[in-house]
Amino acid sequence: MKRPPGARTQAPPLTPLAFNLLCVTVACVVAAHAPHMPAWYTAALAAIVAARWWQRRRQPRRVPAWLRVLMLLAVPGAMIAYYGTPLGREPGAAIVCGLLVVKLLESERPRDARMTVAFACFILMSALLFDQSLASTILVGLMLLPALATLRALEPGLPTAGWRPAFKTGTLLLAASLPLALLGFLLIPRLATPLWGAPDAGAARTGISDRMAPGDLHALLTDDAVAMRIGFDGAPPPAARRYFRGMVLWHFDGRAWTPGAAASRPWRPAPLATLGPTTRYEVTLLATRQHWMFALDAPVDAPEGAVMGPDRTLMSVRPIDHAIRYRVTSATDYRLGPERLDRRVRAAALQLPAGYDPEARALAARWRAAAGANNGAIIRDALRLFHDGGFVYDLDAPPLGRNSIDDFLFHTKTGFCEHYAGAFTFLMRAAGIPARVVIGYQGGYWNRFAHYLLIRQADAHAWSEVWLAGRGWVRVDPTAAVSRVILASTGGAAGDVAGGSRDSWMPWRDRLDVVNRWWGQTVVGFDALRQTRLLRSFGIQHATAQMLGVALAVVVFLALGIGGLVASLRPRDRPRDRLAAAQGRLQRRLARHGVVRGTSEGPRDFYRRATVALPDAAPLLRELASEYLTLRYATASPPPDRTRAFAQNVRRFRVRHHATPDA
Amino acid sequence: MDARPRGAGRTLAARIRRRLPGLLRGRTPEPLPVRLDRRRVYIAPTRAGCGFAVLLIAMLAGALNYQNNAALLLTCLLGAVLACSMLLTWRELHDLTLRALHAEHGFCGARLPLHLAFADDGRARPGLNIAVDGLLQPCPLRRGTSRATVTAPTRTRGWVALPRMRLSSTLPFGVFRAWSWITPDQQVLVYPRILHDAPPPASSDDPNDRIAGGDEFAALRDYHAGDPIRHVAWKASARHDHLLVREFDRAAPGQPLRFDWNALSDIDRETRISRLTGWVCDAYAAAHPWILILEDRRPFGPANDAAHYHRCLTALAELP
Repeated sequence: MKRPPGARTQAPPLTPLAFNLLCVTVACVVAAHAPHMPAWYTAALAAIVAARWWQRRRQPRRVPAWLRVLMLLAVPGAMIAYYGTPLGREPGAAIVCGLLVVKLLESERPRDARMTVAFACFILMSALLFDQSLASTILVGLMLLPALATLRALEPGLPTAGWRPAFKTGTLLLAASLPLALLGFLLIPRLATPLWGAPDAGAARTGISDRMAPGDLHALLTDDAVAMRIGFDGAPPPAARRYFRGMVLWHFDGRAWTPGAAASRPWRPAPLATLGPTTRYEVTLLATRQHWMFALDAPVDAPEGAVMGPDRTLMSVRPIDHAIRYRVTSATDYRLGPERLDRRVRAAALQLPAGYDPEARALAARWRAAAGANNGAIIRDALRLFHDGGFVYDLDAPPLGRNSIDDFLFHTKTGFCEHYAGAFTFLMRAAGIPARVVIGYQGGYWNRFAHYLLIRQADAHAWSEVWLAGRGWVRVDPTAAVSRVILASTGGAAGDVAGGSRDSWMPWRDRLDVVNRWWGQTVVGFDALRQTRLLRSFGIQHATAQMLGVALAVVVFLALGIGGLVASLRPRDRPRDRLAAAQGRLQRRLARHGVVRGTSEGPRDFYRRATVALPDAAPLLRELASEYLTLRYATASPPPDRTRAFAQNVRRFRVRHHATPDA
Repeated sequence: MDARPRGAGRTLAARIRRRLPGLLRGRTPEPLPVRLDRRRVYIAPTRAGCGFAVLLIAMLAGALNYQNNAALLLTCLLGAVLACSMLLTWRELHDLTLRALHAEHGFCGARLPLHLAFADDGRARPGLNIAVDGLLQPCPLRRGTSRATVTAPTRTRGWVALPRMRLSSTLPFGVFRAWSWITPDQQVLVYPRILHDAPPPASSDDPNDRIAGGDEFAALRDYHAGDPIRHVAWKASARHDHLLVREFDRAAPGQPLRFDWNALSDIDRETRISRLTGWVCDAYAAAHPWILILEDRRPFGPANDAAHYHRCLTALAELP
C-alpha cells in the first residue's frame, strides 16, 4: 500500500501513558520468569525497569548509549557467569528477559514500543515452557492485557488520563476471541515429531529412576509434586492393593540396585493368571522425560504406544516429555510368573555380589538352616526382624558404609522403603529364595470430589517380589512391617508407609486438584493422537493434518465472517424520541410514493413539495406537517399525548395515487 | 476520467462501477453523501502487523515443537485477539457517511481548509485519519461530534475539483489499517495567489500609499480571530507569547483606491492577477474603499465591505 510521504518521518515520542504501560508489560514478563531466575537477577531487572521509568518521567529521552551498551554486555555476561553456559532453558530465558529490559531503555518511539511488546509476548510464552499448569497459564494469559493496552495506547483517541480506557479494548477483545482461540487450539495440527532437538535434553529427569541406592529416593519422598492421577472405571482397589508397578531391579552391586542385563532373561512378558475381577482405569502421567509408565500391580495388557517388559512393567515407546494419558486393565488378584523358573532367571534372581555383607549372609544361612525347605518361614522370619528388631522408619536415614546391608540391618536400623526393600531382597537371595526389587508408587490420595486417586512423587515406593513355587512372584512389602515410624521433619509426608494418612488436607485443596487434573487431561494432555480423533463426531475416524488445516481455515473464516456481520450491524437506527420516529415513518411512506426528502431540505419545504406532488393527500399532509412543525419547533419538549396522536395520524395516513413527477 | 463507455457496454460498466466502486479506488468523483459500505473499505496489515504475524509464527513453531499446549493456547489467544482486532479496525470506517463538505475561501498556495460533515451515527471514531494529497491529518470523531476539518493543497486558482481523500484508521492496536477513498464531486473556488511584495498602485497622488506599501503601520495590537494572517507581525510576535498584528493607519478614508488591470501592462498575466489580489487584500484589511477594474474594463466597487472583497476575488479567480 502506498504510504503518504511524511507520515512516518518523525513519529512523536511515546506518551507517558504508553510508556508506563510498556513498563508494566516488561515488569510482567520479568515476574512471569521470576520463579526460575536467580532472585538477585530478578531484583536487578526489576530495579532497572523502575529506574528507567523514573528517568523517563524526569527527562523523556533515551538512556545514554554507553549505558545501554554496558547493560547489553552485562546482562548476558552475568547469566553466563552464573550458569556457566548461555545454552539451556534457564540461562536462555534469563538472558532474553534481560535483553527485553535493555530494549526498554531505548524505547522512545512507537516503533520501539511495538517491537518491545512483540518481544515481550514471545518471552511471556516461553515462561509456559517451564510450567504449564492452569494457574500459570491463566496468569500469563492475563499478562497479555498490559501488552495489548500498550498497543492500544500507541494509537490515537485515548483520553490522556486514566489507565482503564487503554485496557478496555484489549480486555473485551480477549474475552471475545476466547472461542476462536480455543477452536484454533483444537484444530492446529500437532507435530508428530519435533522440528528440532528435544526441548530439554539436558534437563533433569523427574520421578523415579531405575537405580536404587541408599538415599536415592530421599529427594523424591519429600517432593509433594503430582506424579499421576488415576481414575478407575469401577470402584478403586482397596488401599492395601494400591501398588503401582514401575520397574523391576534385578542386579545388586553391593550398593545400588539396577535393572541388570536384560539379555539374561526372557524377552516375553511373564505369564499372568488373573484370579479375580480385573480393574480398568485411566492414568494421567505427568512428564518424566523417561520411558517408565506405571500400572496397578499387575497389568494385563499394554496401552497404545507402550510395550510390556518381561517383568510386566510398561515402557513408553517415546520418552514422556509431556503429560500422557493411557488406559490399562490390571488384575489385583493374580499369579505372576511361570510354573518353573528358568535357570538363567533363577540365577539372576539369586545374584549377590561377592565379598559384601557377610553378617547378613550369615543371618540368612541361619534362617535357612532352621526352616529347612520352608520358604514361607524364612519370609516370616525376615518380616518379624523388621517388626520386632528395633527398626525405625525415618526419612532422615544415617549414611551407610561399604557393607551397606550389614550396616543397616545390624547398626543403624533406620531407613525407609529402599533400605527395607533392598535388605529384604538381599536376605531372601542369601537364603536361596529368588527375589527382586520393584519400584513404583504406593498408596495415593483418594479425591472424594472427583473420584480419582492422586499419586504424588512422595508416594514413590520400593518393595520386593519373591518367587515361591506354585505361587509365582509374590509381592512382599517389608516396609509395612516396620512398627516405629518417625514422620519426616523435612516436610514431605511419609508417603510410602502403607495407610499413611493424608486426611488432614483441606477440602479446597481437593477441589483445586480436581481443576488441575481437568487441565492436565484436557489441555496439557491434548496430543497428536487425541487430535486425530477430534473429528469423529463428523464421521471422520482419523483426522489428518490437512483435514484439520481445512477445518481451521473454515473456522477462522466463519468466525471472522460472523464477527464482521456483528460488527457491521448499525447501532439501532430508531431515534429515541417518538416524534422523530413518527416523522421518519411519514418520510419513508412519502418516499415510497416518489417524494424523497433531500439532504439539505428543511421539513417545511419538504412537506410543501409533498402536498404539491400528492394533491389528493394534501389536506391531511398539510395538517400533519403543521402539527409536526409545532411539536418540533414551537415547544421545548413535545407533549407526549400530542406526540402519540401525531404518531397515530401518521400510521393512518395513506396515499391513493402516486406522485406526478415534479416539473 | 470522462471516458464514459457507450452503447452496449455502458450498462455493464455502469453496473460494475456501482457494485464494485473499489475497482476505481474512489477515483470517480461522486456526489455527496458518500457512505463507506463494506465494498469500499479495504483492510491490510500494517508493517507492525506483519511483524506480529512473524512473531505469531515463531510462537506457534516453538509451542508445537516443544509440544507445550499451554504455550500453544497463549499463541492462539494472541492470534485470535489480533485477528479480531481487524474487525474493530474495519468498523472504524465502515458505515461512515460523509454528508457534506464545505470549503473555506483560500488563496492559491496556501492550504485550503475543508470542513467535513459526517453523518452522526452515535459511534465514536477516534482513530480516523484523512490524507488529502498525501498529508495525513488526524480527524478524531468523538461520540456525538460529526465534524472534522482537513486542509487541501491548492495549486491553481479558479474552480478546482477536490482531490481524492484517503480515510484510514489503524485502531485499536495498529496491526491493521483500514482505508477507503472518497473523491467528492465538488468544485471549490480558490482565490489567486497573493503577491506579497507588490509595489503600490501606480497612482502617485494617492495618499494611501502606505496601505498598499505594506510595511508601514501605525501600531501593533493583539490578534483577533478573523484578522488576516498576513498582517500578523511575526517578528514581533516571536518576542511575545501571543500573536500581534499590524494595525494600519486608517487616516485617509476619502478617495477610493483604484486597481486597474490595464495599468499593469509589462508583466505576465498570472503575476498581474496576483498583484491585484494582493492590493485587494491589503485594501480590505485596511478597510479602505477600492475599485477593481479588470481586463474587460468591468469595474467593481467602489466599496470596502466583505461582499465587495469576495466579489473582487471571485472575479480575479475566475479570470481565464
